Amino acid sequence: MSRFGSLPRRLVHLVIVLFGITLVTFFLLRLIPGDPALAILGSSYTHTRAVAIDNFLGLNRPIWTQYGLFMGRLFHGNLGYSFFYNEPATTVISQHVAPTLFLVVYSAVLAALISFPIGFVAGLHRGGVLDQSSRIFFTLSFAMPAFWLGIILILLFSVHLHVFPISGFGSGFIGHLYYLFLPALTIALGFSTVLVRSLRSATIATLQAEFIDTARMKGIRWPLVLWRHVFRNAILAVVAVYGVNLAYLISGTVLVENVFSLPGLGTLLVSSVSDRDYPVVQGVTLLFAVLIVAINLLTDIVQAALDPRVGQEIGA
Amino acid sequence: MSTAWAASPSELLMRAATKAAGRRRSPIRRRLTLIAGLVMLGIAILAVLLAPVLVSQSPTTIDALHPLVPPLTAGHLLGTDQYGRDILARILYGGRIDLAIAFGATSVTLVGGTFIGLVAGYLGGRVDSVLMRLVDLFFAFPFLVLIIAIVAMLGPSIFNMFIAIWITSWVSYARIMRAQTVVAKKQQYVLAARALGYGPLRVMFRHILPNTASAVIIFSMVDAVGNIILAASLGFLGLGAQPPSPEWGAMISDGQNYILSSWWLATMPGLAVVFVGVAFSLIGDGLADLLRAGER
Repeated sequence: MSRFGSLPRRLVHLVIVLFGITLVTFFLLRLIPGDPALAILGSSYTHTRAVAIDNFLGLNRPIWTQYGLFMGRLFHGNLGYSFFYNEPATTVISQHVAPTLFLVVYSAVLAALISFPIGFVAGLHRGGVLDQSSRIFFTLSFAMPAFWLGIILILLFSVHLHVFPISGFGSGFIGHLYYLFLPALTIALGFSTVLVRSLRSATIATLQAEFIDTARMKGIRWPLVLWRHVFRNAILAVVAVYGVNLAYLISGTVLVENVFSLPGLGTLLVSSVSDRDYPVVQGVTLLFAVLIVAINLLTDIVQAALDPRVGQEIGA
Repeated sequence: MSTAWAASPSELLMRAATKAAGRRRSPIRRRLTLIAGLVMLGIAILAVLLAPVLVSQSPTTIDALHPLVPPLTAGHLLGTDQYGRDILARILYGGRIDLAIAFGATSVTLVGGTFIGLVAGYLGGRVDSVLMRLVDLFFAFPFLVLIIAIVAMLGPSIFNMFIAIWITSWVSYARIMRAQTVVAKKQQYVLAARALGYGPLRVMFRHILPNTASAVIIFSMVDAVGNIILAASLGFLGLGAQPPSPEWGAMISDGQNYILSSWWLATMPGLAVVFVGVAFSLIGDGLADLLRAGER
């Protein structure tokens, strides 16, 4: 059995999910009650314009032909035309990708830096001070809306302490790091809840494994056992959790971008909703879904690469 | 095949809570968490229902003479907003909206998702694989983005928010219930029931459901936390409750504009969200302890 034994099956699965994603995004537009052309045009409705939109979206054709048209345009990288920006939706969307990607990666790294030490130590000293206090803290943070936490952080660090800016993206890599620190911290704190809890229980489980006793009997120093045997095995169990939640982190991004008025996809999504810019809404939804599928696939590959047992278990 | 793929953070937290439940705890401490949660939720529900008795001000009456009054002022315990509306009154009346969403959204998806998961797990075969592919598909979208997209198409309102949550949130319940059913299906009591000649409906609802429901019930509490936050989030983005209705998220969004001078506008409604969220979390933890310990 090869190390990546389950991957081909995963890839087939992936194609099915991608197909489903296009179906869902296509039907999103059909959820608009009444005449989509009317909804899109709003007060600037004229019969000629409505006919033009009907023609462009293919609304006067059978539904499956419409889906075919949609897919055909999709394969050419055409997501439709933004009615609000008067530009192709792809152009509008691509202008907003950078801040979001930066924020996602930044907060993922920050979350790892926060939660790995805490989760590991909490697992080693179960019931200890850090374990108890982190449990209370993360119970609270789980019940906290990300956008509210962001506002509280602004209140603390920007309004009172004047350490970080209230909003904006900054310029240059260092500038981005500085400007995006509070937004990234907001997302990372929410993300950490799950990471700390799962690393904690993985650490507890690993400590009870027999190979830890073996290592100690061989006379290896305890700190070395902790690092080489406990931490590295415990972190394996967290990789899947990490990848899955990276996908959920994106939901947090949408909110937090709006709190800090960052020019990212989340802000674009929400403003397009109020502008009734349906092609952009459709495009952003599609892009996010593809991003998540990619992250999930990447998690699978990383997991299989790190832990030979994974590929075999699933492939068997 | 789909098990390693996306599980929501809430699901993972539920698993962690149920794992921790295996540890021995005194019966009193075990119940303490549950009781604390129930008391907190009870306080929230009573406060919201008795809002007209507790506060004399109306949540929407504008008082142009007393805008942005700080908390702990006579007559305005939590201060007033930019229009001079009493914040405590707005939180209490607004809580009706948020709590209604938490209960309405959670209960419908709990029942619907459980039913779908039960049927998929019990029948297996083609029904199962079609339903589970559908579940996978929903998990491919970022939850909030999909909800925003659906609300965007239907038009922002509380009712459309309900619809969006109903369309998307049943999947977690379906998956948890399916996993439970697949295991239960092979157990003695189910085989015995089938051997007695009971039909699938009776076996599913009289035998499997009562024995496996604890998992989805515990999850529904975690999910309720998520739905409270979701309601506030959509309100914050202007996609849920529309002004001037005093929804918590919308209040926070309004308050953000006054963050430099009047911190209480955005802070107070957030504390209300956290209070209710913690209440549901505690109930979930307590139930996990109680139900799971009983199973072992």
